[in-house]
Amino acid sequence: MRGIKVFLLVFAMVALIVVPAFASDTIKIGAILSVTGPASFLGAPEANTLKMLVDEINAKGGVGGKKIELIIKDSSASPEKAISFAKQLIEEERVFAIIGPSTSGETLKIKGICEKGRTICISCAAAERIVNPVAKYVFKTPQKDSFAARKIFMQMQKMGIKKIGVVVGNTGFGKAGKAQLEKLAPEYGIDIVISEVYDKKATDLTALVTKLKAKGVEAVINWSIVPAQSIIAKNMRQIGFNVPLFQSHGFGNIKYVKAAGAAAEGIIFPAGRLLVAEKLPDNHPQKPVLIKYKRDYESCYHGEASTFGGHAYDALMILVEAIKKAGPDKEKVRDAIENMKGFIGTGGIFNFSPEDHNGLDIDSFEMLTVKNGRFALLER
Amino acid sequence: MSVELFFQYIAAGITYGIIYAIVAIGFNIIYNTTGIINFAQGEFLMLGSMIAISLHNFMPLFPSIVLAVIITMFVGALIELMFIRWLKSPSILRMIIITIGISILIREIALAIWGESVRALPYFTGDEVTSITIGVVKLSPQVLWVVGICILMVLILQIFFQFTLLGRKMRACATNPMAARLCGINTKNMVTLSFMLSALIGAVAGCVVSPITYSQYNMGTGLAIKGFTVAILGGLGNSLAALGGGIVLGLLESFSVWVMPSAYKDAISIAILLIILFVRPTGLFGSKETMALKEF
Repeated sequence: MRGIKVFLLVFAMVALIVVPAFASDTIKIGAILSVTGPASFLGAPEANTLKMLVDEINAKGGVGGKKIELIIKDSSASPEKAISFAKQLIEEERVFAIIGPSTSGETLKIKGICEKGRTICISCAAAERIVNPVAKYVFKTPQKDSFAARKIFMQMQKMGIKKIGVVVGNTGFGKAGKAQLEKLAPEYGIDIVISEVYDKKATDLTALVTKLKAKGVEAVINWSIVPAQSIIAKNMRQIGFNVPLFQSHGFGNIKYVKAAGAAAEGIIFPAGRLLVAEKLPDNHPQKPVLIKYKRDYESCYHGEASTFGGHAYDALMILVEAIKKAGPDKEKVRDAIENMKGFIGTGGIFNFSPEDHNGLDIDSFEMLTVKNGRFALLER
Repeated sequence: MSVELFFQYIAAGITYGIIYAIVAIGFNIIYNTTGIINFAQGEFLMLGSMIAISLHNFMPLFPSIVLAVIITMFVGALIELMFIRWLKSPSILRMIIITIGISILIREIALAIWGESVRALPYFTGDEVTSITIGVVKLSPQVLWVVGICILMVLILQIFFQFTLLGRKMRACATNPMAARLCGINTKNMVTLSFMLSALIGAVAGCVVSPITYSQYNMGTGLAIKGFTVAILGGLGNSLAALGGGIVLGLLESFSVWVMPSAYKDAISIAILLIILFVRPTGLFGSKETMALKEF
């Protein structure tokens, strides 16, 4: 008898815990973002964007009559934290889907966990390996790294540049960029005559740019994050080395332009169209989405919107769109995302397929430059 | 290699070296009075430049630097009063570990105040792209500012420690604290003073290098490691030696980039440092006699 009583008691308790999860009238969405720590330049705008959008959606009555409950976990760019948060969100919170993480390293670590937990994960990180090989439940919104490299090389072809130097910081981002550039350069008939890695904490790179100058390169590609990406620009100009400087898509924040000051003028880099939303032609399909996001973000937080926040916008809106279409059922929503076509986001126009869980093509990047301390479309 | 490039590498080396040297000088002051290495020295640089950047929003460049330097000096004094002064038996190792703790503390506080964004003071002369030509070499005018201020500081410190009563008192405390006390020197006040002085030097250094290296809450660690290396390389306790050591290391790094991939820059400079220390444990310009008198 006693055994049965205990069993009933346990059963009742389990039922109490589990039932509300089924009966709830909210949709729980988890987010793992690097709000603080070395990648806060990604995570902070992403978290802000999600909060703003969820408030807006809930104020309008939610998705299909259900309010969204957003749970943001700050991983501070640590893969270990991302793993434990992913497990917590899937097993304890039983979230409907996970948005993020912000960095590629974290996403690759939780890819398997989401797959096993049958939970949709829409990453805001760039690395190609997140969606290649394709994992059933894992998607990503930022443009692929290789598109950035290809876009730069295409621009170089137009400018008739043949001999280039590549310099990267010793971070995961820098090394991945270097590998992509070295792999793709021959396809475009471009010769990398010198390829160097420098310390991400370097305080001055004059000796390195002197070496580049000595090799007689016609252009330089730099693939790194702040502050090195500003230091290299300054040092090149200071020693009077005036070849075109190309940066990675990581340069897409007006703060970095301010950090490099006058040395930022003329830097060429690929980026999503958010940074030049106002300058797009009026008939561009992305223009209304970009302008609305930018205005909303800037009036809500009094800071400049960045492409990184845009990745979170795309992730959430794609998810919401799929829920609207398929109802609050994880499997159906997954299928709906996979078959989504022509979704207009901040990063570009998404066309997902079972083989492509990113959905963006090379035209989602635009070549930008810096003019009078502002971003501008590069004249062709 | 053309002559022009050769001199350009030399200029780059001097730029690196002078930045390291200006950091190294700060280490020497506290070492000269207490015999300890203050591992929070890098944080003084960070504080000086970050405070100056914040103040620069409200006032012109030079007043904001002066005010930032004064504030950092008080922070230096406060640190000594709070953490070092009340120690009953301050063993060298214990004090060094305390300074490591302080450096972590200051860094975290700075993170809470300023966040992680990268800032910089404006260039003192010209802007990011201004370059002046000396012979065949092109340089940023800010490098000349750093060189000038570094040399000025070395000169003033030499005079201070060699010829003024206060400076001599401070040196006496390091050489033999007991004897210094017997002569009526308040050794504890001298230690406080040395923290203020090295905070001053750190803050000035932080402000002049900020336009070149940028400022961030964690800029101190990287600069302090290089500064410490240079202080050891030159011979601890001697500002002139720090200047020499800095330029030697800077040139080594610069020319190592010429012959090798720049990824090996730090490895080469540290390897050479090790070799020099095996051959001359007192540093390039230190003498055996003075080292023998010191505890550490």
